[in-house]
Amino acid sequence: MSVRNDVAERVPGGDAGLIVAVLLVIYAAYVLAGVGLGYSVRGQLNTIGVLTFYIGVFAMLALALNLQWGYTGLFNIGIVGFMAVGIYVMALVSKPLYESGGAAQVGGLGLPLIVGIVAGMAAAALLGAVIALPALRLRADYLAIVTIAMSEIVRFSFLSGKLQQFQLLGERVGFGGGSGLILDFTNPLEAFFQFFGLWDAYLGFVSAFEVIIPNNPKPVVDGLVYGVVLLGFVAVYFWLLKRTGESPFGRVLKAIREDEDVANSLGKNTNRFKIKAFMLGCALMGLAGILWLMTSGAVTPNFFRPRITFFIWIALIIGGAGSNTGSVLGGAVFAALLYQGPRYLKNLIDTVIPNADAPSGFGPAVSPLISNFDPAPLFFYTIDSVRQLQLVFMGLVLIWLMHNRPEGMLGHRKETAAGIPLTAPRASEPAETDGDDAGGGSGE
Amino acid sequence: MGIAETYTRGRQFAITRPGSVLLALVGVVLLFDLIAGLATGQHSFSGIGSLVWDGLMRGLVVGLAGIGLSMTYSILNFANFAHGDYITAGAFSGWATTYLVAGFGRADVGALVLVGAGGSVFGGTLGIGVTTTPLAVVAGILVAGIATVALALFVDRTTFRPIRDADGITLLITSVGVAFALRYLMQFVFGSSVRGTTSQPPAIPLYLVDGAVRIDAHDVALVVVAGGLMLGVHLLLQMTKLGKAMRAMADNEDLAQITGIPTERVVRAVWVIGGGLTGMAGYMFILWKGTLGFNDGWLLLLLIFAAVILGGIGSIYGAIVGGLAIGLTASVSIIWIPSAFARAAAFAVMIILLLVKPEGLFSGRSTA
Repeated sequence: MSVRNDVAERVPGGDAGLIVAVLLVIYAAYVLAGVGLGYSVRGQLNTIGVLTFYIGVFAMLALALNLQWGYTGLFNIGIVGFMAVGIYVMALVSKPLYESGGAAQVGGLGLPLIVGIVAGMAAAALLGAVIALPALRLRADYLAIVTIAMSEIVRFSFLSGKLQQFQLLGERVGFGGGSGLILDFTNPLEAFFQFFGLWDAYLGFVSAFEVIIPNNPKPVVDGLVYGVVLLGFVAVYFWLLKRTGESPFGRVLKAIREDEDVANSLGKNTNRFKIKAFMLGCALMGLAGILWLMTSGAVTPNFFRPRITFFIWIALIIGGAGSNTGSVLGGAVFAALLYQGPRYLKNLIDTVIPNADAPSGFGPAVSPLISNFDPAPLFFYTIDSVRQLQLVFMGLVLIWLMHNRPEGMLGHRKETAAGIPLTAPRASEPAETDGDDAGGGSGE
Repeated sequence: MGIAETYTRGRQFAITRPGSVLLALVGVVLLFDLIAGLATGQHSFSGIGSLVWDGLMRGLVVGLAGIGLSMTYSILNFANFAHGDYITAGAFSGWATTYLVAGFGRADVGALVLVGAGGSVFGGTLGIGVTTTPLAVVAGILVAGIATVALALFVDRTTFRPIRDADGITLLITSVGVAFALRYLMQFVFGSSVRGTTSQPPAIPLYLVDGAVRIDAHDVALVVVAGGLMLGVHLLLQMTKLGKAMRAMADNEDLAQITGIPTERVVRAVWVIGGGLTGMAGYMFILWKGTLGFNDGWLLLLLIFAAVILGGIGSIYGAIVGGLAIGLTASVSIIWIPSAFARAAAFAVMIILLLVKPEGLFSGRSTA
C-alpha cells in the first residue's frame, strides 16, 4: 500500500497527475502502434477519438458506480437499466414532433436537448428510488438480483410492442420497440456550441484541420471534440463525487459501508442516506447513458444487455472501489486495454498478416489442425472472433483480480473525509493514515 | 370461535401484514378477471390449460436447475452467476453426444460434435427425439450430467477454492468472471447460431371442455426425468449422512468443521450433486424446447434465481415449488398482460415476494 501511495506522491500533481500520466501512456502506446503500421493521420485521429470516447464513458460510469458501491456499499448490477431509462426518456422529450412521411416512426415532445437530459436523469433517479425504497432493506446479494432483474424488465419493456408508439400530451411518441428508435434531434455537439454561440467559430476550427486532413475532416474532428467534452464531464463527475465524499453526507455513506448498525446507532437515518446516494448514482448513470448514445443516431433496447453492467464493474474493480481516482484510472485502463485493445490488436494483426479467408466456424478452423497439423485456420478464426474472446479474457481478468488483487489498483487507499487538507502536501505516512479507515470496499 | 373473534384476528392480520392483504386482493381480482373471461368466451379452457401445462414444464426445468443453485447458495454462501452457463455447458456436452450417437456415419463427425454449428447438420434431419432415438437421448442425459460435474469441480478447484473464505460478494463477482469466460468460450467453439435440435415429437391431444391440450413425448420425458431426479435428491439428503452434514454446514460451517465434518468433501459432494442436476436440467430443457443457443442458460438463470429466492435459499423443496411458481407465472401471466412482459412478470413476482416475505416460502426448512 505504501508503495502505491508513494507512486501517487512521486507523480507531480498527485492524483490528477497520475490520471494524466496514465492517459498519456495509453495514447502514446496507441499512436506508436499506429505509426509503426503507417496509419494515416485521419486514421490515427479517428482511433484517438474513439478511444477517448470509451475512456470517457467508462470513467463516468465507474465513478457513478463508485458512489454506490465504493462509498455506500450498494451492490447495483442493473446499471444498464438506468442508462437505458436515461437515453430513452431523453429521446422522448427531445425528439422533434412527429411528422408523417419522415424517417422516424414516432416523434418526441420537441423540447430542447438540455430539458431532455435533465428529464432523463430525473427518470433514472426516480427508477432508482422505486428500486431502492423496498430493496435496500434486503441483503446485498438480493439487491444485486433485484437490480439485474430490473434492468432486464426495463429492456423487455422497451422491446415490447405496447410501448412502441403511444400518445402523450396529444403527440405521437414512443420508444420504437425492438426495431430501435431514431435519435433525430439536433446534433448534440452543434447544440452544445450554439448554446455558447460558438458554432461558427467551431466550423472555422474544423476547416482549419483541412491542412492535415484534406477531405471532409468534420466527422473526425467531431469525434475528437466530443471525446474532449466527455473528458470534461468526467472531470465534473470527479469533482462532484469528491465533494460528495468529503462532505458530512459522504462521511455517513462511508460509515454505512463500514458498519450500518453503528451509523444507525449514531442517530443517522441510514435508509434515507442510502436512497439519496443510490438516486444520485442512478442519475449520473442515466446521464452517462445519454452521453454514450446521444450521438449514435439510433438506439435499440438490445444494446442494454447486462454485459455492459459487468464491463463497468470490471472497470471499477480494476481501478479500486472506494477511490475516485481509481475509478477514472480503471475506466481508462479498461477502455484502452480490455475494451478497445483487443479490437485494435486485431486490426494490427490484420494489417501485418492479411487473412482473406478466415474460417466461418470452429469446425473448419480445427479440422486442418487435426488432419495435417495446419494451425493457420485456427489462428485466423481466433483473430476473427476477437470480440467473443475478449469477453473470455475479461472474465479471466476478473477472476484473477478477485484472487490476487480484490482491492484493485488504488483500492483501500486512505481517503480523508474532509473538505480541507488535513496535512501539508507530501506529508509523511503516519499523518495521512490519521483519517478514517475508509479507503476501499471491494474486498469487504 | 365467534364472528367477533374472527373479525379481530382478521383485522390484526391486515394491520401487521398489509402487503399480504394487498397481494391477496390482487390475486382475487386476477382470478375474477380470468373467470369472467372464461364465462364470456374471451379465454378458452383448453388455451389456459395449454398455458398451465407449458408453465409446469418450464417450472420443472427451472426447479431442477434451481436445486443445484440453492445448494451452493446455502452451503458456500454466494449467488453463483456462473450457474446459467453450467446449464449451457451441460446442454452442449449432452447434445454433442446425442448428435454423435444418433447421427454416426450419417454426417461428418466434426459437425456432429459441434452440434451442427453453422447449419452443418440439423437435429430434425437426424430425427432426434425421445421416441425415435431413445438411446442417443439417454446417453446425452448421462454425458450432460457427468460433463457438468467435471466442469463444476474443475471451476471450484481452480477458482472458488482458493478464495473459499472470502465474503459472498467477492465470490459473486468471481462467479460473474467465470460466467463470462465460459459463455463466450462456448460461443467461440459452438458458434452463436440458435439451432433446432429435435424432430417433431409425437403428441397426444388431451381433451379439456372446449379443445385439446397437446402433451408430447418430450413433455413426458421431462416429467419422468425431473420427477425421478428430484425424488432421488430428496432420498439422498434425507436418508444419508451426507444430507445431515450438508444441513449442518448450511447452518454453521465452523461448528460443522469442529464436530468433525469433512467440510471440503461436503463441498465437493455439493458440486457433484448440484452440477449433475444442473447439467441434466440443461439437457432436458433443450430436449423440451427443441432449440439450442449459447445464451440459453444465462437467460434461464434469472428465472432460476427468482425461483430459488422465492422458495427460500437452501431448501430443495423451495427450489422446486419456486420453480413451478415462476414457470407458471411466466407462462400464465400472458392471459392478463402482453406477452412481451411475461418474463418481467416472473421477476416482479420475485421482487414482490422479497418485499413481503424476504426469507422465502420454505424458509427455516432447509433440507440441504
